[in-house]
Amino acid sequence: MFQGKFIDNLPKIYGTYTGGFLAFCLLMAVFEANGMSAKTIGILFVAFTVFIYAFIGYLSRTMQASAYYVAGREVPTVFNGMATAADWMSGASFVAMAGGIYFGGYTYMAFLVGWTGGYILVSSLLAPYLRKFGCYTVPDFIGTRYGGNVARFAAVLVLVLASFTYVTAQINATGTIASRALGIPFETAVYVGLASILMCSMLGGMRAVTWTQVAQYIVLIIAYLLPVFWISNKIGAGFFPHFMLGEEVQRIAELEKTLGLTKNSAAALKAAKVPGGLAYISNPHSAVPAGAMAAWKFISLAICMMVGTASLPHILMRYFTTPSVSAARRSVAWSLFFIFLLYFSAPMLATLSKIALIDPNIPTSIIGKSIAEVQGIKWVQEWTAVGQVFIADLNGDGILGLNEFFMRSGVVVLATPEVAGLPYVISGLVAAGGMAAAMSTADGLILAISNALSHDVYYKMINPKADTAKRLIVARVLLVVVGVFGAYIASMRLTGILGSVAWAFDFAMSGLFFPLVLGVWWKRATRAGAVAGMLGGLAAGTAYLIYVGPKFMAQTPWLGIDHLRFGLIGAPVCLILMIVVSLATEEPDAKTQQMVDDIRIPAGKTVSGN
Amino acid sequence: MASKNNEAHWEKTKGLMRITLALWFFFGYVVFMFGHDINSMSFLGYPLAYYMTAQGSLAAFVIIIFWSTGKQQEIDEEHGVSDAGRDD
Repeated sequence: MFQGKFIDNLPKIYGTYTGGFLAFCLLMAVFEANGMSAKTIGILFVAFTVFIYAFIGYLSRTMQASAYYVAGREVPTVFNGMATAADWMSGASFVAMAGGIYFGGYTYMAFLVGWTGGYILVSSLLAPYLRKFGCYTVPDFIGTRYGGNVARFAAVLVLVLASFTYVTAQINATGTIASRALGIPFETAVYVGLASILMCSMLGGMRAVTWTQVAQYIVLIIAYLLPVFWISNKIGAGFFPHFMLGEEVQRIAELEKTLGLTKNSAAALKAAKVPGGLAYISNPHSAVPAGAMAAWKFISLAICMMVGTASLPHILMRYFTTPSVSAARRSVAWSLFFIFLLYFSAPMLATLSKIALIDPNIPTSIIGKSIAEVQGIKWVQEWTAVGQVFIADLNGDGILGLNEFFMRSGVVVLATPEVAGLPYVISGLVAAGGMAAAMSTADGLILAISNALSHDVYYKMINPKADTAKRLIVARVLLVVVGVFGAYIASMRLTGILGSVAWAFDFAMSGLFFPLVLGVWWKRATRAGAVAGMLGGLAAGTAYLIYVGPKFMAQTPWLGIDHLRFGLIGAPVCLILMIVVSLATEEPDAKTQQMVDDIRIPAGKTVSGN
Repeated sequence: MASKNNEAHWEKTKGLMRITLALWFFFGYVVFMFGHDINSMSFLGYPLAYYMTAQGSLAAFVIIIFWSTGKQQEIDEEHGVSDAGRDD
C-alpha cells in the first residue's frame, strides 16, 4: 500500500489515519447507541488516541543527531504547518479560549489578534533567515552570530525561563483531562500525562514530535470544528456559523440590555460562598468599551502576544525542519492558516454557547428560569458536583439572573455539546482534542528546553568532543529530567503562583526578540550589545513583573501596562541597550558580516554547515 | 562583501518587508484604535470591530502572509537566488 519513501507517502498515511479516526468516532457512536456508558467512551477516546501518538513516536525512533534535533530537515511545507499549529495551540487555546471570550467579550479577543498576527513577524523577519543559518536550536543562532559562550548562555537562560513558564501549564492541562477522562486522582494523572508526552518525544526527538504533532493537529481540529457546526445547526443558528451568527451576536446585545449586566460585589460573592475561579457574565459580548485607555489595553496586549510569538523558541525551531529556505517561509503561512481555522471558530463557539444558555426562545436556555427548575437539569447537576458550575440566588427572587450563574471558563468548550443535547460521543471527542492540544505543546516545549541544554550547554560549552551517541543519550536524559521537574511543579498545583501563559510571551519578548531580529537585520549588532540586551531586557521585564504582579508587590501599573504586558517594559530596554552598547563597541569582524550577508540569500549552503 | 546582485536582492526584500509590516500594522492595531467608533457599522450582520477581532483581521493576516511569501519568492527568482526545490 505504501511504497517508496515515507515522506512521499505522507498524504496517504495521514489520509488513512484521518479516515481511521473518523471510523473510530462512528464506532463509539454505535457503542453509545447500544448503551455503553459515557465514562467508558471517554476512557476509550483518550486511551486510543494517546496509544496512536506513542506508536508514531516509537516508529520515529532515531540515533542520528540531525533527525533528533531537526527531523532530518525533510518535513514538507504543509505538514510542518500542521505540526506548528499543534505545537502552537495549547491546552489553554483549546479548552479555555472560547470560555475567555464568553466571559471577557471584545476585550479578551485581543488574544485572537495577538496569537495570529505574530506569524507575519516570524515569516518576514526571522524564519527564513534562521533556516538558512542552519542551526539546531535558537541559542545556537545567537551563540554563532554573536560568538562566545556568554551570549549563548544568556539565550539559553531566556529560553528556559519562557518555555518553563509555559510547560507547567500544559502538563497541568494533560493531568486535568486525563484525571477526568480516566477517573484517576490529579496527582497521578499528571504523571500519566507526562508519560504520554515523553513517549512521543524520547525515542525520536524532533522527528517523533513532528509526526505526532501532525496526528494531534488532525484530532484537535476535528474535535473543535465538528461540535461548532453541529451545535449551530442544532439550535438553528445557521448552517455555516462563521458567516451566519450576526443575528445571534445582535440578539445577545439586546438580551444584555433586558437582563442587565450586573457586577457582583466581592462581599456578595463571599457571602454566597462562590468558589474562586468561577466566572459569570458581566462584560458585554460585542460592545467595544469607549476611551483611549480601553483601546490601548487592547492594542498593548496584542503587541505583547505578537512580538512574543516571534520570540518563542519552540515555535521558531519548527522552521529548522523544512528542506529549504523557501519551504520554511511557505510553511509559516500554512501554520497561520491552520491556526486560523481554530481561532476564528472560538468566538463562534462562545456566541453559540451564550445564546444557548441565555436566550429564552431556545429550549436549552437557563437564564430567566426558576432556580429550582435549573437545578433539576442533568448537566447542571453533574458539573455542579465537580465544582465547575455554581448557582447562587443573590437577590433572593428564585429566578436565575445573568450574574447568578457561575462556571469555570473551560466548561464552555467541555460542556456546550452536552448543553445543546449532542450525543456523549462528541464530549469524548472534545476530551481527546484537548489532550492532543496540551500534549503537542508540552512536547514542543520540553524538547526546546532539553535541546538547548543538551546541544548548547552540554555539547557546545561543556564537552565539544562528545560523540553523537553520547550527545543523544544526554539529550534524552535531560528530556526526562525537564519533564519530571515540570510534572512535579504541576502536581504541586503551584500554577497560580507561576502565573499565566501570557508571561511566557513577555519573557521571550523581553530577552530574545531584538537580539534575534537585529542579528539578521543589523550587521552592526555586536556581541556585547546582544548580551547587554538579553540580560538587561530580561532583568527589566522581570523587575517590572515583580513590581506590578498581583501576587508580588501589586503596585499600580504605569499606563495600563499590567503583569500580562510586562514585555512592553523589557523589550524596549533590550532594544536601547543593544543599540547603545553595540555602537559603543567595535563593529563585528568581516567574517561575521559575511555570515549575515550569507543568511540573507536563500540559495547556497547553510551557514553553520549542519 | 555582498555582490551587486545580492545587494539589490536585499534592497527589494527590505522593501517588501516594510509593505508587509505596514499592512500588518493596519490590521493588527490601527483598526482597533478606532474600535469604539467603527463598531456601530456592521458587516455580515456583525458589529464591525467585533467582526474584525473575531475574524476579519485574522483572515487579513492569512492573506497578507501568503501574498508576501509569494512576492518574496518572485524577488528570489528574479535575482536567481531562490533555493526552492532544493533537497538537502
